[in-house]
Amino acid sequence: MKLSKRSALLLRLGLGIGLAFIYVPLIVLAIYAFNASNILEWPPPGLTLDWFPKAVENEFAREAFLTSIKAGIAATAIALVLGTLASLAVARHRFFGRETISFLVVLPIALPGIVTGVALSNTFTQVLGVDLSLFTVVVGHATFCIVVVYNNVVARLRRVSTSFEEASADLGAHTWQTFRFVTFPSLRSALGAGALLAFGLSFDEIIVTTFTIGAGEETLPIWIFRNLFRPNQLPIVNAVAVIVVLISIVPVYLAHRLTREEGGATAARGGAVEAEATAVP
Amino acid sequence: MRTQAHPVRTAWLVVAGLLAFMLLLAGCGGGGSDTGGEELTKLGKGEGEVDLISWAGYVEPEWSKPFEQKTGCKVKSKVAGTSDEMIQLMRTGQYDGVSASGNASARLVDGGDVAPVNVSLVPNYKTIFSDLKDQPYNTFDGAHYGIPHGRGANLLMWNSEDVTPAPTSWDVILDPKKAAKYKGKISAYDDPIYIADAAVYLKAHQPELGIENPYELNEEQFEAAVNLLQEQRPYVGEYWSEAAKQISAFANGDDQVGTTWQYQYFELKGEGKPVAASPASQGFLPKEGATGWSDTWMISSEAKHPNCMYMWMNWIVEPKVNAEVAELFGEAPGQSLACEQTAEKDFCAKYHAENPAFWKRVYYWETPLADCGNGSSDCKDYNDWVQAWTSIKG
Amino acid sequence: MERRSVGHRLADLFHGRPRLQASALLAGPVGWLVIGYLGSLAVLLIAGFWSVDPLSGEVLRGFSLENFETLVNEPVYRSIVGRTVLIAALVTLTDAVLAFPIAFYMAKIATRRGKALLVVAVLVPLWSSYLVKALSWRTMLSSGGVIDWALNPIGLSGPGYGNTAVWLVMSYLWLPYMILPIFAGLERIPDSLISASEDLGASPFTTFRRVILPLAFPAVVAGSIFTFALTLGDYITPRLVSNNQFIGNVIFNNISNNLPLASALAFVPIVVMIAYLLVARRLGAFEHI
Repeated sequence: MKLSKRSALLLRLGLGIGLAFIYVPLIVLAIYAFNASNILEWPPPGLTLDWFPKAVENEFAREAFLTSIKAGIAATAIALVLGTLASLAVARHRFFGRETISFLVVLPIALPGIVTGVALSNTFTQVLGVDLSLFTVVVGHATFCIVVVYNNVVARLRRVSTSFEEASADLGAHTWQTFRFVTFPSLRSALGAGALLAFGLSFDEIIVTTFTIGAGEETLPIWIFRNLFRPNQLPIVNAVAVIVVLISIVPVYLAHRLTREEGGATAARGGAVEAEATAVP
Repeated sequence: MRTQAHPVRTAWLVVAGLLAFMLLLAGCGGGGSDTGGEELTKLGKGEGEVDLISWAGYVEPEWSKPFEQKTGCKVKSKVAGTSDEMIQLMRTGQYDGVSASGNASARLVDGGDVAPVNVSLVPNYKTIFSDLKDQPYNTFDGAHYGIPHGRGANLLMWNSEDVTPAPTSWDVILDPKKAAKYKGKISAYDDPIYIADAAVYLKAHQPELGIENPYELNEEQFEAAVNLLQEQRPYVGEYWSEAAKQISAFANGDDQVGTTWQYQYFELKGEGKPVAASPASQGFLPKEGATGWSDTWMISSEAKHPNCMYMWMNWIVEPKVNAEVAELFGEAPGQSLACEQTAEKDFCAKYHAENPAFWKRVYYWETPLADCGNGSSDCKDYNDWVQAWTSIKG
Repeated sequence: MERRSVGHRLADLFHGRPRLQASALLAGPVGWLVIGYLGSLAVLLIAGFWSVDPLSGEVLRGFSLENFETLVNEPVYRSIVGRTVLIAALVTLTDAVLAFPIAFYMAKIATRRGKALLVVAVLVPLWSSYLVKALSWRTMLSSGGVIDWALNPIGLSGPGYGNTAVWLVMSYLWLPYMILPIFAGLERIPDSLISASEDLGASPFTTFRRVILPLAFPAVVAGSIFTFALTLGDYITPRLVSNNQFIGNVIFNNISNNLPLASALAFVPIVVMIAYLLVARRLGAFEHI
């Protein structure tokens, strides 16, 4: 798109400021991962590489990382199923209360985490008499992850013409076959994008997790929270954060490529598919 | 022709009905257990794990690792910054024990979250200092609920380069005229119990109020204390509850004077920061005395690893261990035999561990109750303290 | 006649019965959300109508409005709610302004490769822990920290801790949640519309104001749902970079000894957010979340 020189300059300025705003604190964070002292001061008195191997060796950090991955996968899987089911119902059928579904699905993420966390914790321990554990954490995470899958899939279903599905039915396929061979392939990239974002949400969640996790388990954010204020552990925490960010670059990039490539066949516009696929935070 | 039922509409109705049922459930049943749990009669084998809630510095690898090796009980601990947090965590029933201060112990016992301790199963209990046994904060209705860990007073700490002359009284942070000098650099404890600090100050400076026990305050005394803290509010740099938060604030120069625990003081000194606290010559206390704490390890009524917990309680007051604990944190040990085991020879003397008279000027944290203890019942209870604290912080 | 598998027969059951299909599809998600989630919320909120025994601290289940009275009568709660809502609004505005140029560049100007790079650049920070980022800001804001260090040479000093700090940090944390929906929304605006506007003689600013902004507005509202909601409920950041209490802090502080009061206070952000969502839906934001 062509822009006047002045607009282009202003835009570039805005972009620069925005990106600087995003990355300067991250750079500071990274610098502190090399901090030689236990106490946070600026500038750091010295630099050292020690914290990275210590972070990798730290048994608790590793366990917490794996627990977070497990919880994330489980929560994402549940969110994928429930989100897809709900979006299929909404996009392909008419029924009483249809408009409310979108509203209902976004509530868990729109209401404060502390309210969701305390409510779920209360229900588990008082009403159901269930112990808090990783299972309860997954339930909590899945609840607010549903919306990211739902919105992606609904957006995709609305763009995909129903004529394919009707043709499939006309040719004798029953509902499951139609779904499996016609609908599902067109949804794959939307599901992929939704899954990635759901996983990301679950991975970094702290507030709801605090209230739904049992004493014996730790997700990575819980581990970080526990060690955030331990002076001799803090640099390890920073190192762990840096490592996680670096690791995450790969899946994020892959997901972006994935959504872009598959988009072609079913999208009306080339750019729109990846847009809607990455649209959901 | 088949008439269509409305399955989706019916489904919504069913769902609404289930919702109502759930509300009913919540209204009638549920609720935490009100029984305090049973006292253990016999010590069995360790369960392999123990989940603890503690103050910063109470569960450190120096003594938790040897414990793990000796008993096979893996130690998992969670640090809490305030007694309220500890109570909240204990109520989940997910932990085996907690190092409770006096402003938590009564509430834990009342709420049925802790079980009495069978002290015959804790051999090291016999040699605990006698003025720590059978105290109102660890013994309820004649039953022992905790194993004393150690005690200390809250310290007045200041940056020796920025705060001169060295303060000898709490007025440096509580007298509005003096506090104004350090506006934005004062560090106060972020918990309703801090109101007692104001009460201790007023006990000395406004004796006409007649404050005896800073945790038992009637309307007039309470209002005076709350007002004092409201006047302090504009000068406070930061309210802290996480120890490390205060450490970094002092290290950075964000704060220059305030109330603290020995743990932070020694950490800062260890990093070479210019901090000072009321010296030994003053008995470690500003002239009004101070609030403090006498902590006891309590066992959860829903402990999943009771044997390991009992082993922990015995371990933490093992003379050598309690000496290590006391020296690392900087508090007076609860175990009398620890005094012979401290690395620093006169540690106990310095910390007045064997001097009950010293502790008369230290007002251990207690749970404020409406019962004033002298016949009247118009003292402010903990709910009033919490609400007042919310108003003070604003 | 060939035997039909169970799956086949199940599928037959649904064939031609759209309502049954819809019910089956909805059973899981709706059951989960309504019974599990809304039910839990209801159970919590009911406690707002209960009270606490002053002596023992036990929750009394008799109906009482005293918590709501406290919230209305004590001025401190009003100021806390006011502060929280105001900062949530400021953060939303700030993020909208910061996000727009980035999103616009990503959607309309960047090359294919540039776009991929920018998308990754915007998304990757989401993966660094919220806590660590907030702590990083805390150290940046401390006296002598990065911000002071950068501003002192020109005679200024940083804002230190306080409401300004909370506003800064929250704007920082939720920015990606605003960028993505706006980016998606802008991509849907055909380039031809913008070109047409310019061909008709509109200045870039007018094109922005009259063409781009109205079309992107629902997407901005969608992003604002997140920035507003996340700020409204947070208690960790206010604790880390200020002494001031936000709604989340008061709820958190009261959960253990006065759950009824905490529940009563929880009504406030819930009501506010439901109202916000209803308005957002009306503005078409739900297509853009």
